[in-house]
Amino acid sequence: MGMTMTQKIIAAHAGLDKVKAGQLVMAKTDLVLGNDITSPVAIKNFEAAGFNDVFDKDKIALVMDHFTPNKDIKAAEQCKQVRTFAKKHGITHYYDVGCVGIEHALLPEQGLVTTGDLIVGADSHTCTYGALGAFSTGVGSTDIAAAMKLGKLWFKVPSAIRFVLKGKPSKWVGGKDVILHIIGLIGVDGALYKSMEFTGEGLKHLTMEDRLCMANMAIEAGGKNGIFEVDDLTMAFAKEHSTKPITVYKADDDAAYDRTIEIDLAAVKPTVAFPHLPENTRTIDQVGDIPIDQVVIGSCTNGRIEDLRVAANLLKGKTVHPDVRCVVIPATQMIYLQAMEEGLLKIFVDAHCAVSTPTCGPCLGGHMGILAAGERCVSTTNRNFVGRMGHVDSEVYLASPAIAAASALAGKIAGPKD
Amino acid sequence: MNANGTVFKYGNNVDTDVIIPARYLNTSDPKELAAHCMEDIDKTFVKRVKTGDIIVGGSNFGCGSSREHAPLAIKTAGVSCVIAATFARIFYRNSINIGLPIIESAEASEKIKAGDEVEVDFNTGKIVDKTTGETFQGAAFPPFLQNIISNGGLLKAIQNNKL
Ligand code: SF4
Repeated sequence: MGMTMTQKIIAAHAGLDKVKAGQLVMAKTDLVLGNDITSPVAIKNFEAAGFNDVFDKDKIALVMDHFTPNKDIKAAEQCKQVRTFAKKHGITHYYDVGCVGIEHALLPEQGLVTTGDLIVGADSHTCTYGALGAFSTGVGSTDIAAAMKLGKLWFKVPSAIRFVLKGKPSKWVGGKDVILHIIGLIGVDGALYKSMEFTGEGLKHLTMEDRLCMANMAIEAGGKNGIFEVDDLTMAFAKEHSTKPITVYKADDDAAYDRTIEIDLAAVKPTVAFPHLPENTRTIDQVGDIPIDQVVIGSCTNGRIEDLRVAANLLKGKTVHPDVRCVVIPATQMIYLQAMEEGLLKIFVDAHCAVSTPTCGPCLGGHMGILAAGERCVSTTNRNFVGRMGHVDSEVYLASPAIAAASALAGKIAGPKD
Repeated sequence: MNANGTVFKYGNNVDTDVIIPARYLNTSDPKELAAHCMEDIDKTFVKRVKTGDIIVGGSNFGCGSSREHAPLAIKTAGVSCVIAATFARIFYRNSINIGLPIIESAEASEKIKAGDEVEVDFNTGKIVDKTTGETFQGAAFPPFLQNIISNGGLLKAIQNNKL
């Protein structure tokens, strides 16, 4: 019996020829990630355990992105604690206000993660880098404390669901619609403990932004990781962004999968996830009349340049509905700059959107767009749990940048018209 | 080792945002976190919970973010064990790593009711509902994970050179 793509990466990093689903192994980590919420707990545990050195100062990334620029005194104290630790240990990849971007947009952009890597992060959306053909997964703070010390961590080898993509998506359908469609299909625990491996001829119609967005949301189906078969686009991206050595792992032809699901991209419609679970999906023609109060365009799911271009294209020369606050958040400084040079920021400001410096902000109900009781938001983020963006009686509807921008103009949930 | 307490029962997909809302994540102080535990799903939890009590959830318990603050808040609130049909994987590993006992049993998750008195034997995985007299067999941990737990968590296992 052969191995899946994920199993091959884990085996190679565990120094084993072969692993099988369910096996517990220790595997080497190429990068260990923490943010301003999870690192303080990790550092506290690291120090309490009496560890006084890290395994490799170049293989740790500490990204201050959630409550920054510091939203309050406590948030400032947390960042200060991480900053002190980073200085003490000479951590090369410490990102603070002015250079920081949302971690899962920042790391691929800066080339800190690449094809064939094994990455752990104390953030559930660490699975994003599977878009590059890497094995990356979210873990906890104690896990990263251990990994910062040892450069390795325990893993239970996952089985996998294979998604064979075919066909070409229609004009207003992107990665967000495809992954919401899949989560609607298999449910929020449909891939619990498993890898989601994406393959098939339809891959060629998905941009790197589409793939990053899809891998990002693997966790919303309970997945351990989402991973894309490596193709020319992956190789071009890896070479453009990173100087790290690339290893391409391919699933064996006789790899065992728990399930194979075929997805016809041509049949996927623009999709919205209703409160309060990402699996509560409806296609845009089924949403009905739902007035909204806020729109958020940003996050590690859809805050990349392509996402901003789609939104700007729809907002150009118009103004958002008077009852709607629209917040646009480029995910990294580089994206911010690019959006400025392309004139996108002017389009947003002219359209009465608030444009923010890179931050997670409203995505997790931190700051920069918190909802009051009874308010509704269409958001390009990845979670719509109870109270996710503010008051427990507020509602978040997950959608693509195209639907978010069209909804901002309409004052209710709406898809773009041709 | 045993857990013994009154049951707080919740449904499927109890997520980390309701276990400890992000608005409280500007601190990592376990006591402050515990003071808001389960607030968005059960406002009275913190007032009612006693040391030793047990949480019973449905499937995919602890889904959502990787915040270790979630099992930490539950543990610090005094909960001695979480029983669920299945756990979300990051919550599962966080619980093992910090030493919050958790146990999977679909049957126990379905049949145990709120307010029941329940006893769990972690060595055998046996769950007894003392209110109804029913017993259930939970899944015991494989030796690799038992080693981490018996060392007192992941970092202790590393300190003891047991990993
Ligand atoms: S943007 Fe949202 S989902 Fe992404 S890392 Fe930040 S808080 Fe998490």
